Amino acid sequence: MSCIYVLWLRQLKRYTRSRSRMFASLGQPILYLLAFGFGFGPIFQKAGQGNYIQFIAPGIIGMTVLFNSIFSGIELIWDRQFGFLKETLVAPVSRLLIMFGRTLGGATVALIQGAIMFLVCLGAGFRPLNIHALPAAIAFMALIAIMFTALGTAIASMLSDFHGFQLVMNFLVMPIFFLSGAIYPLASTSKTLEWIARIDPLSYGIDGLRGTLIGVAHFNLGFDLAVLLVLASVLLGLGGYLFSKICL
Amino acid sequence: MEPLRLFRVIEVRNLTKHFGPIVAVQDISFEVKSGEIFAFLGPNGAGKTTTIKMLTTLLAPTTGKITVGGFDPTKQPHEVRKRFGIVFQDPSLDTELTAFENLDIHGVLYKVPKQVRIQRTEYLLRKFELWDRRKSYVKEFSGGMRRRLEIARCLLHTPNIIFLDEPTIGLDPQTRNQLWTQVKRLNEEEGVTVFLTTHYMEEAERVADRIGIIDHGKVVVQGSARQLIQQTSSQTLEEAFLSFTGSAIRHEESTSLDRMRNAAKLFRR
Repeated sequence: MSCIYVLWLRQLKRYTRSRSRMFASLGQPILYLLAFGFGFGPIFQKAGQGNYIQFIAPGIIGMTVLFNSIFSGIELIWDRQFGFLKETLVAPVSRLLIMFGRTLGGATVALIQGAIMFLVCLGAGFRPLNIHALPAAIAFMALIAIMFTALGTAIASMLSDFHGFQLVMNFLVMPIFFLSGAIYPLASTSKTLEWIARIDPLSYGIDGLRGTLIGVAHFNLGFDLAVLLVLASVLLGLGGYLFSKICL
Repeated sequence: MEPLRLFRVIEVRNLTKHFGPIVAVQDISFEVKSGEIFAFLGPNGAGKTTTIKMLTTLLAPTTGKITVGGFDPTKQPHEVRKRFGIVFQDPSLDTELTAFENLDIHGVLYKVPKQVRIQRTEYLLRKFELWDRRKSYVKEFSGGMRRRLEIARCLLHTPNIIFLDEPTIGLDPQTRNQLWTQVKRLNEEEGVTVFLTTHYMEEAERVADRIGIIDHGKVVVQGSARQLIQQTSSQTLEEAFLSFTGSAIRHEESTSLDRMRNAAKLFRR
Protein backbone atom coordinates (compact mmCIF):
# COMPACT_ATOMS: atom_id res chain seq x y z
CA MET A 1 0.00 0.00 0.00
CA SER A 2 2.79 2.44 0.89
CA CYS A 3 4.23 2.02 -2.58
CA ILE A 4 0.91 2.97 -4.19
CA TYR A 5 0.84 6.01 -1.90
CA VAL A 6 4.39 7.11 -2.69
CA LEU A 7 3.83 6.87 -6.45
CA TRP A 8 0.51 8.68 -6.12
CA LEU A 9 2.26 11.43 -4.17
CA ARG A 10 4.95 11.67 -6.81
CA GLN A 11 2.38 12.41 -9.53
CA LEU A 12 0.84 15.09 -7.34
CA LYS A 13 4.17 16.71 -6.57
CA ARG A 14 5.07 16.81 -10.24
CA TYR A 15 1.70 18.44 -10.95
CA THR A 16 1.85 21.12 -8.28
CA ARG A 17 5.42 22.00 -9.28
CA SER A 18 4.61 22.53 -12.91
CA ARG A 19 2.32 25.56 -12.96
CA SER A 20 2.72 26.05 -16.67
CA ARG A 21 1.27 22.63 -17.36
CA MET A 22 -1.60 23.36 -15.00
CA PHE A 23 -2.61 26.46 -17.00
CA ALA A 24 -1.75 25.06 -20.41
CA SER A 25 -4.10 22.14 -19.99
CA LEU A 26 -6.93 24.44 -18.91
CA GLY A 27 -6.49 26.73 -21.90
CA GLN A 28 -8.17 24.53 -24.45
CA PRO A 29 -11.29 23.73 -22.41
CA ILE A 30 -11.67 27.42 -21.52
CA LEU A 31 -11.48 28.31 -25.20
CA TYR A 32 -14.19 25.75 -25.98
CA LEU A 33 -16.33 27.06 -23.14
CA LEU A 34 -16.09 30.63 -24.39
CA ALA A 35 -16.26 30.01 -28.14
CA PHE A 36 -18.99 27.38 -28.07
CA GLY A 37 -20.77 28.54 -24.93
CA PHE A 38 -21.13 32.17 -25.93
CA GLY A 39 -20.87 31.67 -29.69
CA PHE A 40 -23.64 29.13 -30.05
CA GLY A 41 -25.55 30.18 -26.92
CA PRO A 42 -28.09 32.47 -28.67
CA ILE A 43 -28.80 29.93 -31.45
CA PHE A 44 -29.25 27.15 -28.89
CA GLN A 45 -31.71 29.37 -27.03
CA LYS A 46 -33.62 30.25 -30.23
CA ALA A 47 -33.90 26.56 -31.04
CA GLY A 48 -35.77 26.23 -27.78
CA GLN A 49 -33.09 24.17 -25.99
CA GLY A 50 -32.56 26.61 -23.10
CA ASN A 51 -29.31 27.99 -21.71
CA TYR A 52 -26.30 26.60 -23.62
CA ILE A 53 -23.76 27.44 -20.89
CA GLN A 54 -25.79 25.27 -18.52
CA PHE A 55 -25.75 22.50 -21.10
CA ILE A 56 -22.13 22.68 -22.19
CA ALA A 57 -20.46 23.20 -18.77
CA PRO A 58 -20.65 19.52 -17.72
CA GLY A 59 -19.32 18.62 -21.19
CA ILE A 60 -16.38 20.97 -20.82
CA ILE A 61 -15.63 19.69 -17.30
CA GLY A 62 -15.68 16.15 -18.72
CA MET A 63 -13.37 17.26 -21.52
CA THR A 64 -10.90 18.71 -19.03
CA VAL A 65 -10.84 15.46 -17.09
CA LEU A 66 -10.52 13.42 -20.31
CA PHE A 67 -7.55 15.41 -21.68
CA ASN A 68 -5.71 15.52 -18.38
CA SER A 69 -6.16 11.83 -17.67
CA ILE A 70 -4.97 10.76 -21.10
CA PHE A 71 -1.94 13.04 -20.66
CA SER A 72 -1.20 11.65 -17.21
CA GLY A 73 -1.29 8.13 -18.60
CA ILE A 74 0.83 9.03 -21.62
CA GLU A 75 3.36 10.62 -19.26
CA LEU A 76 4.62 7.08 -18.84
CA ILE A 77 6.46 7.49 -22.17
CA TRP A 78 8.28 10.40 -20.59
CA ASP A 79 9.32 8.28 -17.62
CA ARG A 80 10.42 5.58 -19.96
CA GLN A 81 12.66 7.87 -21.98
CA PHE A 82 14.03 9.88 -19.13
CA GLY A 83 14.61 6.82 -17.07
CA PHE A 84 12.54 6.84 -13.90
CA LEU A 85 10.48 3.88 -15.13
CA LYS A 86 13.52 1.59 -14.86
CA GLU A 87 13.93 2.54 -11.22
CA THR A 88 10.40 1.33 -10.48
CA LEU A 89 10.65 -1.79 -12.64
CA VAL A 90 13.66 -3.27 -10.80
CA ALA A 91 12.14 -2.58 -7.38
CA PRO A 92 10.85 -5.61 -5.46
CA VAL A 93 7.24 -4.50 -5.96
CA SER A 94 4.59 -6.02 -8.18
CA ARG A 95 4.14 -4.09 -11.41
CA LEU A 96 0.40 -4.05 -10.86
CA LEU A 97 0.84 -1.98 -7.70
CA ILE A 98 3.17 0.40 -9.54
CA MET A 99 0.61 0.83 -12.28
CA PHE A 100 -2.19 1.44 -9.74
CA GLY A 101 -0.12 4.04 -7.91
CA ARG A 102 0.66 5.91 -11.10
CA THR A 103 -2.88 5.68 -12.37
CA LEU A 104 -4.44 6.89 -9.13
CA GLY A 105 -1.96 9.77 -9.05
CA GLY A 106 -2.69 10.73 -12.64
CA ALA A 107 -6.43 10.41 -12.08
CA THR A 108 -6.23 12.64 -8.99
CA VAL A 109 -4.43 15.30 -11.01
CA ALA A 110 -7.12 15.10 -13.71
CA LEU A 111 -9.82 15.33 -11.05
CA ILE A 112 -8.25 18.48 -9.59
CA GLN A 113 -8.05 20.02 -13.06
CA GLY A 114 -11.73 19.13 -13.56
CA ALA A 115 -12.61 20.80 -10.26
CA ILE A 116 -10.74 23.95 -11.30
CA MET A 117 -12.69 23.91 -14.57
CA PHE A 118 -15.90 23.59 -12.58
CA LEU A 119 -15.00 26.85 -10.81
CA VAL A 120 -14.19 28.50 -14.15
CA CYS A 121 -17.63 27.42 -15.41
CA LEU A 122 -19.24 28.98 -12.34
CA GLY A 123 -17.45 32.19 -13.29
CA ALA A 124 -18.88 31.94 -16.80
CA GLY A 125 -22.41 31.82 -15.41
CA PHE A 126 -22.94 28.10 -14.92
CA ARG A 127 -25.28 27.29 -12.02
CA PRO A 128 -25.62 23.68 -10.84
CA LEU A 129 -29.20 22.71 -10.09
CA ASN A 130 -28.62 21.13 -6.73
CA ILE A 131 -25.55 21.60 -4.58
CA HIS A 132 -26.22 18.29 -2.77
CA ALA A 133 -25.58 16.41 -5.99
CA LEU A 134 -22.03 17.71 -6.09
CA PRO A 135 -20.45 14.62 -4.43
CA ALA A 136 -22.15 12.44 -7.04
CA ALA A 137 -20.77 14.67 -9.80
CA ILE A 138 -17.30 14.34 -8.30
CA ALA A 139 -17.70 10.57 -8.28
CA PHE A 140 -18.51 10.67 -12.01
CA MET A 141 -15.47 12.87 -12.63
CA ALA A 142 -13.30 10.43 -10.68
CA LEU A 143 -14.57 7.52 -12.77
CA ILE A 144 -13.85 9.37 -16.03
CA ALA A 145 -10.39 10.16 -14.66
CA ILE A 146 -9.54 6.59 -13.66
CA MET A 147 -10.93 5.16 -16.89
CA PHE A 148 -8.90 7.41 -19.18
CA THR A 149 -5.70 7.45 -17.12
CA ALA A 150 -5.75 3.67 -17.32
CA LEU A 151 -6.38 3.90 -21.07
CA GLY A 152 -3.49 6.37 -21.45
CA THR A 153 -1.22 4.03 -19.47
CA ALA A 154 -2.30 1.09 -21.60
CA ILE A 155 -1.48 2.99 -24.80
CA ALA A 156 1.80 4.36 -23.43
CA SER A 157 2.87 0.84 -22.43
CA MET A 158 2.83 -0.07 -26.12
CA LEU A 159 4.62 3.05 -27.39
CA SER A 160 8.35 3.48 -26.97
CA ASP A 161 8.58 7.10 -28.09
CA PHE A 162 6.48 10.18 -28.74
CA HIS A 163 5.92 9.54 -32.45
CA GLY A 164 2.62 7.81 -31.86
CA PHE A 165 1.35 10.53 -29.60
CA GLN A 166 -0.15 12.78 -32.28
CA LEU A 167 -1.92 9.74 -33.67
CA VAL A 168 -3.48 9.07 -30.29
CA MET A 169 -4.64 12.68 -30.00
CA ASN A 170 -6.16 12.90 -33.49
CA PHE A 171 -7.68 9.47 -33.80
CA LEU A 172 -8.64 8.71 -30.24
CA VAL A 173 -8.91 11.65 -27.87
CA MET A 174 -10.55 14.17 -30.19
CA PRO A 175 -13.17 11.70 -31.50
CA ILE A 176 -13.90 10.55 -27.95
CA PHE A 177 -14.57 14.14 -27.01
CA PHE A 178 -16.52 15.30 -30.07
CA LEU A 179 -18.71 12.21 -30.38
CA SER A 180 -19.63 12.01 -26.70
CA GLY A 181 -22.45 14.51 -26.72
CA ALA A 182 -20.32 16.89 -24.66
CA ILE A 183 -21.24 19.83 -26.88
CA TYR A 184 -24.60 18.84 -28.41
CA PRO A 185 -27.70 17.11 -27.05
CA LEU A 186 -27.80 13.46 -28.11
CA ALA A 187 -31.60 13.53 -28.12
CA SER A 188 -31.75 15.88 -31.09
CA THR A 189 -28.91 14.47 -33.24
CA SER A 190 -29.23 11.87 -35.97
CA LYS A 191 -29.72 8.23 -35.05
CA THR A 192 -26.21 7.46 -36.33
CA LEU A 193 -24.49 9.97 -34.08
CA GLU A 194 -26.57 8.82 -31.18
CA TRP A 195 -25.47 5.24 -31.76
CA ILE A 196 -21.84 6.24 -32.09
CA ALA A 197 -22.17 8.08 -28.79
CA ARG A 198 -23.36 4.84 -27.23
CA ILE A 199 -20.01 3.17 -27.93
CA ASP A 200 -18.05 6.20 -26.70
CA PRO A 201 -17.11 5.67 -23.04
CA LEU A 202 -17.01 9.40 -22.35
CA SER A 203 -20.73 9.73 -23.26
CA TYR A 204 -21.69 7.97 -20.04
CA GLY A 205 -19.37 10.18 -18.00
CA ILE A 206 -20.75 13.38 -19.52
CA ASP A 207 -24.29 12.08 -19.14
CA GLY A 208 -23.63 11.31 -15.49
CA LEU A 209 -22.22 14.80 -14.94
CA ARG A 210 -25.18 16.41 -16.69
CA GLY A 211 -27.62 14.27 -14.76
CA THR A 212 -26.12 15.22 -11.42
CA LEU A 213 -25.31 18.86 -12.19
CA ILE A 214 -28.29 20.04 -14.24
CA GLY A 215 -30.74 17.20 -13.79
CA VAL A 216 -30.88 16.25 -17.48
CA ALA A 217 -29.69 12.78 -18.47
CA HIS A 218 -29.99 11.17 -21.90
CA PHE A 219 -29.40 7.68 -20.57
CA ASN A 220 -30.08 6.77 -16.99
CA LEU A 221 -27.82 7.75 -14.08
CA GLY A 222 -27.69 4.21 -12.70
CA PHE A 223 -26.87 2.87 -16.16
CA ASP A 224 -24.16 5.52 -16.63
CA LEU A 225 -22.63 4.54 -13.31
CA ALA A 226 -22.72 0.83 -14.11
CA VAL A 227 -21.13 1.30 -17.55
CA LEU A 228 -18.37 3.51 -16.12
CA LEU A 229 -17.60 1.11 -13.28
CA VAL A 230 -17.29 -1.80 -15.68
CA LEU A 231 -15.19 0.15 -18.21
CA ALA A 232 -12.92 1.59 -15.52
CA SER A 233 -12.24 -1.91 -14.15
CA VAL A 234 -11.65 -3.38 -17.59
CA LEU A 235 -9.26 -0.58 -18.58
CA LEU A 236 -7.41 -0.80 -15.25
CA GLY A 237 -6.99 -4.51 -15.86
CA LEU A 238 -5.85 -3.97 -19.44
CA GLY A 239 -3.48 -1.16 -18.45
CA GLY A 240 -2.06 -3.27 -15.63
CA TYR A 241 -1.56 -6.20 -17.98
CA LEU A 242 0.18 -4.16 -20.70
CA PHE A 243 2.26 -2.32 -18.09
CA SER A 244 3.47 -5.59 -16.63
CA LYS A 245 4.55 -6.68 -20.13
CA ILE A 246 6.83 -3.66 -20.70
CA CYS A 247 10.30 -4.69 -21.77
CA LEU A 248 13.10 -2.23 -21.31
CA MET B 1 35.23 -10.51 6.56
CA GLU B 2 37.44 -13.24 5.10
CA PRO B 3 35.09 -16.25 5.23
CA LEU B 4 32.41 -14.18 3.53
CA ARG B 5 34.65 -13.69 0.53
CA LEU B 6 34.28 -17.35 -0.29
CA PHE B 7 30.58 -16.94 -0.82
CA ARG B 8 29.62 -16.51 -4.46
CA VAL B 9 27.18 -13.61 -4.87
CA ILE B 10 26.77 -14.17 -8.58
CA GLU B 11 27.01 -17.48 -10.33
CA VAL B 12 26.48 -17.75 -14.06
CA ARG B 13 26.55 -21.16 -15.76
CA ASN B 14 26.37 -21.65 -19.52
CA LEU B 15 24.22 -18.58 -19.99
CA THR B 16 22.89 -17.96 -23.51
CA LYS B 17 20.55 -15.32 -24.87
CA HIS B 18 19.12 -15.19 -28.37
CA PHE B 19 17.11 -12.36 -29.87
CA GLY B 20 15.55 -14.15 -32.83
CA PRO B 21 18.48 -15.18 -35.04
CA ILE B 22 20.93 -12.92 -33.19
CA VAL B 23 23.02 -14.49 -30.43
CA ALA B 24 23.70 -11.73 -27.90
CA VAL B 25 25.29 -13.89 -25.21
CA GLN B 26 26.73 -17.32 -25.96
CA ASP B 27 27.36 -19.93 -23.31
CA ILE B 28 29.09 -17.73 -20.76
CA SER B 29 30.07 -18.80 -17.25
CA PHE B 30 31.59 -16.76 -14.46
CA GLU B 31 31.22 -16.02 -10.80
CA VAL B 32 31.64 -13.04 -8.53
CA LYS B 33 32.63 -13.51 -4.91
CA SER B 34 31.21 -11.60 -2.01
CA GLY B 35 32.96 -8.29 -1.36
CA GLU B 36 34.73 -8.35 -4.68
CA ILE B 37 34.87 -5.55 -7.26
CA PHE B 38 34.35 -7.24 -10.60
CA ALA B 39 34.78 -5.35 -13.86
CA PHE B 40 32.93 -6.68 -16.87
CA LEU B 41 34.62 -5.23 -19.93
CA GLY B 42 33.95 -5.49 -23.61
CA PRO B 43 33.51 -3.47 -26.80
CA ASN B 44 30.12 -2.02 -27.70
CA GLY B 45 27.57 -4.69 -28.50
CA ALA B 46 29.65 -7.44 -26.85
CA GLY B 47 26.75 -8.48 -24.60
CA LYS B 48 27.51 -6.59 -21.38
CA THR B 49 24.20 -4.85 -20.99
CA THR B 50 22.26 -7.95 -22.05
CA THR B 51 24.07 -9.92 -19.34
CA ILE B 52 23.34 -7.24 -16.73
CA LYS B 53 19.68 -7.24 -17.75
CA MET B 54 19.52 -11.00 -17.20
CA LEU B 55 21.29 -10.75 -13.84
CA THR B 56 18.91 -8.00 -12.72
CA THR B 57 15.62 -9.76 -13.62
CA LEU B 58 14.85 -7.49 -16.60
CA LEU B 59 15.39 -10.18 -19.22
CA ALA B 60 14.90 -13.93 -19.19
CA PRO B 61 17.81 -16.08 -20.42
CA THR B 62 17.30 -18.42 -23.38
CA THR B 63 19.25 -21.17 -21.62
CA GLY B 64 21.66 -21.45 -18.71
CA LYS B 65 21.52 -20.83 -15.02
CA ILE B 66 21.96 -17.69 -12.94
CA THR B 67 21.95 -17.16 -9.20
CA VAL B 68 22.23 -13.73 -7.64
CA GLY B 69 22.46 -13.58 -3.86
CA GLY B 70 21.50 -17.25 -3.80
CA PHE B 71 18.29 -16.85 -5.82
CA ASP B 72 17.32 -17.46 -9.42
CA PRO B 73 16.22 -14.20 -11.11
CA THR B 74 13.68 -15.99 -13.29
CA LYS B 75 12.06 -17.89 -10.41
CA GLN B 76 12.28 -15.47 -7.50
CA PRO B 77 12.73 -12.02 -9.04
CA HIS B 78 11.65 -10.12 -5.91
CA GLU B 79 14.16 -11.96 -3.72
CA VAL B 80 16.89 -11.07 -6.20
CA ARG B 81 15.69 -7.45 -6.52
CA LYS B 82 15.88 -6.90 -2.76
CA ARG B 83 19.53 -7.92 -2.83
CA PHE B 84 20.94 -5.74 -5.57
CA GLY B 85 21.14 -2.04 -6.35
CA ILE B 86 21.70 -0.77 -9.87
CA VAL B 87 22.93 2.33 -11.63
CA PHE B 88 21.81 2.04 -15.23
CA GLN B 89 23.81 3.18 -18.19
CA ASP B 90 21.41 6.08 -18.71
CA PRO B 91 19.92 8.15 -15.93
CA SER B 92 16.92 6.94 -13.96
CA LEU B 93 16.24 9.79 -11.55
CA ASP B 94 13.07 11.84 -11.40
CA THR B 95 14.50 15.27 -12.17
CA GLU B 96 11.33 17.07 -11.06
CA LEU B 97 11.87 15.82 -7.52
CA THR B 98 14.53 16.75 -4.99
CA ALA B 99 17.55 14.58 -4.18
CA PHE B 100 15.97 13.63 -0.87
CA GLU B 101 12.63 12.73 -2.45
CA ASN B 102 14.31 10.48 -5.00
CA LEU B 103 15.96 8.52 -2.20
CA ASP B 104 12.81 8.47 -0.14
CA ILE B 105 10.71 6.94 -2.95
CA HIS B 106 13.40 4.30 -3.41
CA GLY B 107 13.32 3.52 0.32
CA VAL B 108 9.55 3.09 0.28
CA LEU B 109 9.62 0.90 -2.84
CA TYR B 110 12.24 -1.32 -1.18
CA LYS B 111 10.29 -1.33 2.11
CA VAL B 112 13.10 0.13 4.17
CA PRO B 113 11.60 0.98 7.62
CA LYS B 114 11.05 4.72 7.99
CA GLN B 115 13.62 5.27 10.77
CA VAL B 116 16.33 3.38 8.89
CA ARG B 117 15.37 5.16 5.70
CA ILE B 118 15.90 8.58 7.23
CA GLN B 119 19.20 7.64 8.88
CA ARG B 120 20.63 5.90 5.87
CA THR B 121 19.53 8.65 3.48
CA GLU B 122 21.45 11.17 5.56
CA TYR B 123 24.47 8.87 5.86
CA LEU B 124 24.65 8.22 2.12
CA LEU B 125 23.97 11.79 1.05
CA ARG B 126 26.77 12.96 3.36
CA LYS B 127 29.06 10.24 2.05
CA PHE B 128 28.50 11.35 -1.53
CA GLU B 129 28.71 15.03 -0.58
CA LEU B 130 25.13 15.83 -1.54
CA TRP B 131 23.60 16.44 1.88
CA ASP B 132 23.72 20.23 1.48
CA ARG B 133 21.83 19.91 -1.79
CA ARG B 134 19.22 17.44 -0.57
CA LYS B 135 16.37 19.92 -1.05
CA SER B 136 17.42 20.92 -4.57
CA TYR B 137 15.64 19.57 -7.59
CA VAL B 138 17.67 17.00 -9.49
CA LYS B 139 17.16 19.00 -12.69
CA GLU B 140 19.54 21.58 -11.21
CA PHE B 141 22.27 18.95 -10.69
CA SER B 142 25.36 18.44 -12.86
CA GLY B 143 26.04 15.08 -14.52
CA GLY B 144 28.48 14.09 -11.78
CA MET B 145 26.09 14.99 -8.97
CA ARG B 146 23.33 12.95 -10.63
CA ARG B 147 25.61 9.96 -10.89
CA ARG B 148 26.60 10.23 -7.23
CA LEU B 149 22.98 10.53 -6.27
CA GLU B 150 22.14 7.40 -8.25
CA ILE B 151 24.90 5.46 -6.53
CA ALA B 152 23.74 6.70 -3.13
CA ARG B 153 20.20 5.67 -4.03
CA CYS B 154 21.14 2.17 -5.15
CA LEU B 155 22.85 1.60 -1.77
CA LEU B 156 19.89 2.81 0.30
CA HIS B 157 18.36 -0.62 0.88
CA THR B 158 21.78 -2.05 1.86
CA PRO B 159 22.06 -4.46 -1.08
CA ASN B 160 24.67 -7.25 -1.14
CA ILE B 161 25.67 -6.27 -4.62
CA ILE B 162 25.54 -3.18 -6.80
CA PHE B 163 25.62 -3.10 -10.59
CA LEU B 164 27.23 -0.01 -12.09
CA ASP B 165 26.71 0.03 -15.85
CA GLU B 166 29.13 2.60 -17.30
CA PRO B 167 28.58 4.98 -14.40
CA THR B 168 31.33 7.40 -15.46
CA ILE B 169 30.22 7.96 -19.05
CA GLY B 170 30.32 11.66 -19.94
CA LEU B 171 32.00 12.74 -16.69
CA ASP B 172 35.21 14.73 -16.40
CA PRO B 173 38.36 13.05 -14.97
CA GLN B 174 38.02 14.79 -11.58
CA THR B 175 34.47 13.57 -11.12
CA ARG B 176 35.33 10.07 -12.31
CA ASN B 177 38.22 9.89 -9.91
CA GLN B 178 36.13 11.05 -6.97
CA LEU B 179 33.31 8.69 -7.88
CA TRP B 180 35.55 5.62 -7.89
CA THR B 181 37.20 6.68 -4.65
CA GLN B 182 33.78 6.79 -3.01
CA VAL B 183 32.72 3.46 -4.51
CA LYS B 184 35.92 1.80 -3.37
CA ARG B 185 35.52 3.17 0.14
CA LEU B 186 31.96 1.88 0.37
CA ASN B 187 33.09 -1.48 -0.90
CA GLU B 188 35.68 -1.62 1.89
CA GLU B 189 33.46 -0.26 4.64
CA GLU B 190 30.20 -2.08 3.88
CA GLY B 191 31.61 -5.10 2.09
CA VAL B 192 29.21 -4.53 -0.80
CA THR B 193 30.08 -6.47 -3.94
CA VAL B 194 30.48 -4.29 -7.02
CA PHE B 195 29.80 -5.43 -10.58
CA LEU B 196 30.81 -2.70 -12.99
CA THR B 197 31.20 -2.04 -16.67
CA THR B 198 33.23 0.79 -18.17
CA HIS B 199 35.05 1.74 -21.34
CA TYR B 200 37.82 3.45 -19.37
CA MET B 201 40.42 0.72 -18.90
CA GLU B 202 42.46 2.70 -16.37
CA GLU B 203 39.38 2.82 -14.11
CA ALA B 204 38.98 -0.94 -14.23
CA GLU B 205 42.70 -1.39 -13.66
CA ARG B 206 42.53 0.86 -10.64
CA VAL B 207 39.43 -0.37 -8.82
CA ALA B 208 38.67 -3.92 -9.93
CA ASP B 209 39.87 -7.00 -8.02
CA ARG B 210 38.98 -9.15 -10.97
CA ILE B 211 38.14 -8.51 -14.60
CA GLY B 212 36.13 -10.47 -17.14
CA ILE B 213 36.39 -9.57 -20.82
CA ILE B 214 33.43 -10.37 -23.04
CA ASP B 215 33.46 -10.17 -26.82
CA HIS B 216 30.97 -11.35 -29.44
CA GLY B 217 28.80 -12.75 -26.64
CA LYS B 218 31.57 -14.91 -25.15
CA VAL B 219 33.76 -14.46 -22.10
CA VAL B 220 37.26 -14.34 -23.55
CA VAL B 221 39.31 -14.22 -20.39
CA GLN B 222 39.01 -13.66 -16.63
CA GLY B 223 41.57 -12.63 -14.05
CA SER B 224 43.12 -9.72 -12.20
CA ALA B 225 44.37 -6.72 -14.16
CA ARG B 226 47.93 -7.84 -13.47
CA GLN B 227 47.26 -11.36 -14.77
CA LEU B 228 45.69 -10.08 -17.98
CA ILE B 229 48.57 -7.69 -18.56
CA GLN B 230 51.17 -10.41 -17.93
CA GLN B 231 49.33 -12.93 -20.08
CA THR B 232 49.55 -10.63 -23.11
CA SER B 233 52.94 -9.11 -22.17
CA SER B 234 51.38 -5.65 -22.33
CA GLN B 235 52.16 -2.48 -20.44
CA THR B 236 48.62 -1.46 -19.61
CA LEU B 237 45.20 -3.04 -19.30
CA GLU B 238 44.13 -1.11 -22.39
CA GLU B 239 46.77 -2.86 -24.46
CA ALA B 240 45.81 -6.20 -22.97
CA PHE B 241 42.15 -5.47 -23.71
CA LEU B 242 42.94 -4.66 -27.34
CA SER B 243 45.00 -7.79 -27.79
CA PHE B 244 42.10 -9.89 -26.45
CA THR B 245 39.37 -8.19 -28.44
CA GLY B 246 41.18 -6.92 -31.55
CA SER B 247 41.06 -3.39 -32.82
CA ALA B 248 38.15 -3.59 -35.25
CA ILE B 249 35.42 -1.05 -34.50
CA ARG B 250 32.04 -2.49 -33.53
CA HIS B 251 28.71 -1.40 -34.85
CA GLU B 252 25.78 -1.48 -32.56
CA GLU B 253 22.31 -1.21 -33.94
CA SER B 254 20.39 1.62 -32.42
CA THR B 255 16.71 1.57 -31.63
CA SER B 256 14.58 4.66 -31.51
CA LEU B 257 14.93 4.52 -27.73
CA ASP B 258 18.73 4.61 -27.98
CA ARG B 259 18.59 7.55 -30.34
CA MET B 260 16.32 9.39 -27.95
CA ARG B 261 18.69 8.61 -25.07
CA ASN B 262 21.63 9.90 -27.04
CA ALA B 263 19.74 13.08 -27.77
CA ALA B 264 18.93 13.33 -24.07
CA LYS B 265 22.60 12.82 -23.20
CA LEU B 266 23.67 15.64 -25.50
CA PHE B 267 20.95 17.78 -24.01
CA ARG B 268 22.21 17.24 -20.46
CA ARG B 269 25.72 18.49 -21.06
